[in-house]
Amino acid sequence: MTLPALFFFFALLLLLVSGIAAVACRARETAARRIGAVSTPLAGLMAAPAVVQGLFFAEPVFIDLPLSLPYGSFTLAVDALSAFFLLIIFTIASLAAIYGAEYLGREGAVTARGVSYFWFNLLVLGMTLVATAANGLLFIIAWEIMSLSAFFLVTFEGEKPQTQKAGLIYIIAAHIGVVFLFLLFWLFATNTGGSMDFTHFSRIILADQKTQSLLFLLSLIGFGAKAGFVPLHVWLPEAHPAAPSHVSALMSGVMIKMGLYGMLRTLSWLTMPLYWWGAVLVAVGLITGLLGVLYALAQHDLKRLLAYHSVENIGIMAIGLGLGVLGLNLHQNTLIVFGFGGCLLHVLNHSIFKSLLFMAAGAVKQELHTLEIDQLGGLRKRMPVTAAAFLIGAAAISGLPLLNGFVSELMIYFASFSAVVSMAKGVTALPLMSLLGLAAIGGLAVACFTKAVGVIFLGEGRTPAGAAAADPAASMRIPVVILAALCVVLGLAPILVLPLLKPVLAAVTPVTWETTNAELKKIAQPLIYLSLIAGIMAGVFMLLWRLRRRPLAVQGIQRSGTWDCGYLEPDSRMQYTASSFVQPVIDQTNWLLRTRTVKEMPQGYFPDTGKFVSHTPDLFIEKGYRPLFAAIAWLFHQLQWMQRGRISLYILYIAVALLALLFWFGGLR
Amino acid sequence: MQTLIDIVLLLVLLSDLYLLSSSRLGASIKVLAFQGVMLSLLPFLSTDMVRSPHAFVIAISSCAIKAILIPRLLSRAAREVHIGLEIDSYIPYGASLLAGMGVVLLSFWVARKFQLPVTVSSRLWIPVSLAAVMIGLLMLIIRKKAISQVIGYLAMENGIYVLGLSLAAQMPFLVELGVLLDIFAGVFIMGIILNHIKYYFDDLDVENLTVLKD
Repeated sequence: MTLPALFFFFALLLLLVSGIAAVACRARETAARRIGAVSTPLAGLMAAPAVVQGLFFAEPVFIDLPLSLPYGSFTLAVDALSAFFLLIIFTIASLAAIYGAEYLGREGAVTARGVSYFWFNLLVLGMTLVATAANGLLFIIAWEIMSLSAFFLVTFEGEKPQTQKAGLIYIIAAHIGVVFLFLLFWLFATNTGGSMDFTHFSRIILADQKTQSLLFLLSLIGFGAKAGFVPLHVWLPEAHPAAPSHVSALMSGVMIKMGLYGMLRTLSWLTMPLYWWGAVLVAVGLITGLLGVLYALAQHDLKRLLAYHSVENIGIMAIGLGLGVLGLNLHQNTLIVFGFGGCLLHVLNHSIFKSLLFMAAGAVKQELHTLEIDQLGGLRKRMPVTAAAFLIGAAAISGLPLLNGFVSELMIYFASFSAVVSMAKGVTALPLMSLLGLAAIGGLAVACFTKAVGVIFLGEGRTPAGAAAADPAASMRIPVVILAALCVVLGLAPILVLPLLKPVLAAVTPVTWETTNAELKKIAQPLIYLSLIAGIMAGVFMLLWRLRRRPLAVQGIQRSGTWDCGYLEPDSRMQYTASSFVQPVIDQTNWLLRTRTVKEMPQGYFPDTGKFVSHTPDLFIEKGYRPLFAAIAWLFHQLQWMQRGRISLYILYIAVALLALLFWFGGLR
Repeated sequence: MQTLIDIVLLLVLLSDLYLLSSSRLGASIKVLAFQGVMLSLLPFLSTDMVRSPHAFVIAISSCAIKAILIPRLLSRAAREVHIGLEIDSYIPYGASLLAGMGVVLLSFWVARKFQLPVTVSSRLWIPVSLAAVMIGLLMLIIRKKAISQVIGYLAMENGIYVLGLSLAAQMPFLVELGVLLDIFAGVFIMGIILNHIKYYFDDLDVENLTVLKD
């Protein structure tokens, strides 16, 4: 074992041991939370040499322990793709761990907090193993560790019925997904002659297109269930609101990306993709992105809204991935580099601003004890740091220029444009659709976050609880500020992250290092201009800000209520609500969203009380999964005559099944 | 040596058939103990196991558990729940004996088709072990009282033990673990399940458990 590998291995051990330590001293919960907050950043530092070696040196880090199962071996490999995801995992998880120490101090039962940190560390460990496993069986074991520890994190407040429902939906989705992964690796193993080592997977050359396509579809469903492709997204809007905020940040920011890691890994083995794979990915991405953002618009709960935005962003990443696959098929280097590159960069960017938004939402929740958007308001004055950070995150996720979300979306736009311009007539339809779709998604996202920021942070407080709100303690504030700073830095100087992408692209795609370099140069120039313009704009802004201070100092600042519209007695209930703000958009798409409203209009000349309630259920649950599961339940109900409650009879069933197997495998051969 | 093994195996088979067709609990427990003694002889007789320290470990531990410990636990349980001679079978004892014969035939037929990775010292070895497993399973199915079901379970367990012994030279550790499983069965089934069924239903008839269904 080399030194970086040794350090990496100890980082894994540290996560496990400190997790157990957090459980052991759960009675002294302050100590438990401190252990939890320190362990993940420390593990991240210990893993850093391996990440650096994986990204910037040609030689990957290998760890091979002499533990073996049938088909399995404990082999870890940190290549560029793994290292890129490890960078994301440890950055976000460290910040979430620090944030969580303060956050958990005010949530749930006292002894549950230490246990929660155990699962947190195990989730980080599981994701690290997923990103580095070099064996199919180990990968699936790590995948299950990740999925199950996330389940225990989501059900932190398991006494609430809403949380129970969320946990149930999550665990079902996770298990359905993993079945397809089992099939995927099994099918790979049958083609390598019984080995599940990834080094063998990369060497197989499948002549048979049907097998290849089957492998692609299995990975699309299996990994798509984790990533949240529509219609497999239904667990996200349930699980993210139920979990504690730092956990939502980690799950939404990092864990769902492990699905994309799996897809990228699988695509790196399937060296000759077909055209329709790319088309399917782009189509899935477009549908996921559009539906995600539309459902986000209709939500009233802030964390549910953010969860639907995760769905939307996963859609954008899938579009990038699909364009990259199209490029592989058509041997278009620009498409490959910018499709895959945009996807990877958006993974990084989304992990930053999504965890920022969830953490800011957590701060709001602890102050006002609700995340109903229509109960919040005017928080910019009370929580200036949180408000500023949320605004930056919101602008970044909407893909507005000068922030990091813009850069990765620009790369995907660039890929689409290059395809539209350079390709033959028949194949331009898809990139053209992705262009239009991306534009629509971006516009709707801006609308949605205008609503969120406007209703939550501007205007006046709607409840008395808002008056006493304040920014959270430093250990919750600093991670949010760091993430906001990252959004700005990566947005202003995107040229900094391009070197990160080069080795990863070289690892995932067959494109050579030189070609990648040459292609990325195409966007380097505009990006430098972008930084220049941004710098000038920032300078002008600062100048204006300074100039503004003098007249203000002379005149003095007068404070009055916001937006009183000439009324004598303005009331906070006169403000725009979240539903009224987005009503124009929602009304146009109601054929799709099916928002349910209950209206009781005020009647008469002296109108008294009225009522308006709107609710947008997920169509895929209402029309898809609920009838499906009801049908399955009905089917099993038909078998109830078999349940007699008599043990002897049950043993008879087992005996009959065993005998049948004996005849099938032993007797009749 | 060969004949000795065959005799022991046949005695195991006969004791199984007795267990299947007998209504006397006390006698059944004694036969089970006898079967345990026979089983503990097998490791010494098997040619490839002689002079191996594992043979002693397996023989002595299985004798202690199968021939002494478990029968004593069983007879104590039988005393406590006052079961002597009672009809506790869904089908007549004669018919169950006939079914047992069928099972023996079946297992001989199936064993001919088996491809085993190892050579065993007797041709009876595999069919007898299969028959023991299936007779145990049959007892679990046709008996009503929990205590007779426990005897059926132990008979099945003994069958698995015989099958495992054929692999003992290659994997002695596996067989030793199998013996330990008996202790688990002893403690678990006697201590917990019987007491609880008696406590809640005042009787050991598993028919009562049908009220637990949806």
